[in-house]
Amino acid sequence: MRIILAAAAVVMLAALAFAAPWLQFVLTLAIAKGFAALGVAVLLRAGLISIGHAMFFAASAYGAAFLARAGINDLGLLLILSVLVSALIGAIAGSFLVRYRAIFFAMLNLAVSMVFYALCAKLYGVTGGTDGLPVPIPAVFGIVFAEPVFKSILFYLSLTLMVLVGLAVHRYLDSPLGHALSAVHSNEIRLEYLGIPVWAVLLIAYTISAALAGLGGSIAGFAIGRVVPDFAFWTASGHLVLIAVLGGIGGVPGAFIGALFLELLHSAAVTVTDAWNMFVGITLIVVIMFMPQGIYGLFERKEAQSS
Amino acid sequence: MSTTIIPLLLDSLASAALIFFAAVGLTLVFSVLRVLNVAHGSLYSIGGYVAASVCLFIASRQLNPYLSFVALLFSAVFVAAILGPLIERSLVRWTYGKSEAVQILITFGLFLILEDLQRLVFGVQSLYEDSPMRLLGTSSIGGVVYLNYQILLVAMAVLVVVGLRLLINHTRLGRLITAVVTDREMAQSIGIDTNRIFILAFSLGVFLAALGGALATPTSGIAPGLGADTMVLAFAVAAIGGLGQIEGAAVASLIVGFARVLAIYLVPSLDAVAPYAAMLAVLLIRPYGLFGSVTARRI
Repeated sequence: MRIILAAAAVVMLAALAFAAPWLQFVLTLAIAKGFAALGVAVLLRAGLISIGHAMFFAASAYGAAFLARAGINDLGLLLILSVLVSALIGAIAGSFLVRYRAIFFAMLNLAVSMVFYALCAKLYGVTGGTDGLPVPIPAVFGIVFAEPVFKSILFYLSLTLMVLVGLAVHRYLDSPLGHALSAVHSNEIRLEYLGIPVWAVLLIAYTISAALAGLGGSIAGFAIGRVVPDFAFWTASGHLVLIAVLGGIGGVPGAFIGALFLELLHSAAVTVTDAWNMFVGITLIVVIMFMPQGIYGLFERKEAQSS
Repeated sequence: MSTTIIPLLLDSLASAALIFFAAVGLTLVFSVLRVLNVAHGSLYSIGGYVAASVCLFIASRQLNPYLSFVALLFSAVFVAAILGPLIERSLVRWTYGKSEAVQILITFGLFLILEDLQRLVFGVQSLYEDSPMRLLGTSSIGGVVYLNYQILLVAMAVLVVVGLRLLINHTRLGRLITAVVTDREMAQSIGIDTNRIFILAFSLGVFLAALGGALATPTSGIAPGLGADTMVLAFAVAAIGGLGQIEGAAVASLIVGFARVLAIYLVPSLDAVAPYAAMLAVLLIRPYGLFGSVTARRI
């Protein structure tokens, strides 16, 4: 039942972008943020809240910009390399960050990401300062397409990746390694007594979550065509946590549902008012207070009732 | 030699005073309510906007310019009296005892709401009114010309540290607060109205934030985005000092102020990196901050 629902949603998204091409950019960005939010949601399973994941989002987009400048001009290669860059940064940062818990974990992630943000904004010679760097349109299998065509290819590629990576993350979360995450949340000491190294469990999760945020970041970089330090600002990290919670930390689809909901709300709200963040803030508070399972939880509950 | 050292020290002190105002309310609220208020930076910028608007009004009506000093203080009181109880009762109280994730997210929602409200009320243009600074003029210390307003800022910061310490150690209210901080349930069971303490403590935090914003506007003006910038800076200082430690926040703001000014003198491009690098260095070694401790709660 769930698989049919998910497949129907993906087909609907593809059709929606085909029917209304102006939505394509919004949807690509939503999927990109969904990847990053999924990364945050993986860590939330272990009870770790990171207000710093926008750093990996930005690092990967900067990585793509630098690699493109260095002469690499293939979409697939750029995506893989930039995700590897963010995974590597994630593994390095994670190796000392996962020793901390609760509010200290949140604060340290914030500190690391703000150092990164300030460096990006200030090292004008390297990163272009607050102007950022352009992310040029790369070739796809050796063919350079015009911009609108490339944007369509990027969208359908993101949609495919959403399904494939989503399934992979679902498998990961359902594996013993993934279940160990919720065990860390409920009783870490017992896990250590069982002989499972908590540090390694969390480091793997942190690296995966950084790679996911990186994948989202490079897609966003290609979609926008530019990367700026604001990608890594703490409010961006806050938004990623917000999306993860909006969607509900229940499962993989939650992050993408949350991101789609937020981006569509954004596009709808900007036509009415500038103050769309206010709506987002109110929605967030309402969701946390009255729907602790997130928006995804609504679907879950309905399904449970109908079966 | 003294011509470089003295301005460097004075600059650090003035910068530390402004940073301290942003952080002290955050750390106070955390110590009493155990809630990390992500919207604290917005309250700082709201204080700044209200103060700048009132000062501009005074200037436009050609009233006695010394009134603007009264305006700086009273706009902070005004903001705290209205927003303090309102926010605590409507939102923050639902998060007591909940996990940090919930507290951070609820106050992040509040931050988003307050940032847009400011945009709607005060517009997106920056406000600049420096009459309080010009009124006080300059003085010369060791042959270096210096703004008297910045010396006033340092004096105010010292006053706040001493005042808070006196309030907590030597008044009835302070003892009630200490009791609530030490053991909330026990305090409640011996008849202390904890709700009242929470409202008062939160409003005091709002007052300190708004006062910081009000005092900062004559020196730097105010523009959209100030709330978000102040928030991380306040957070860095509070974390370095140890969340909940008032004197810790004072020492941490001296460290951050000095680091920042030193960076401006040595590597100007890295001044924005200095506070966060200091935060990272301290937190990696002592995650609970310089003056914080893992178990014991002190105020």
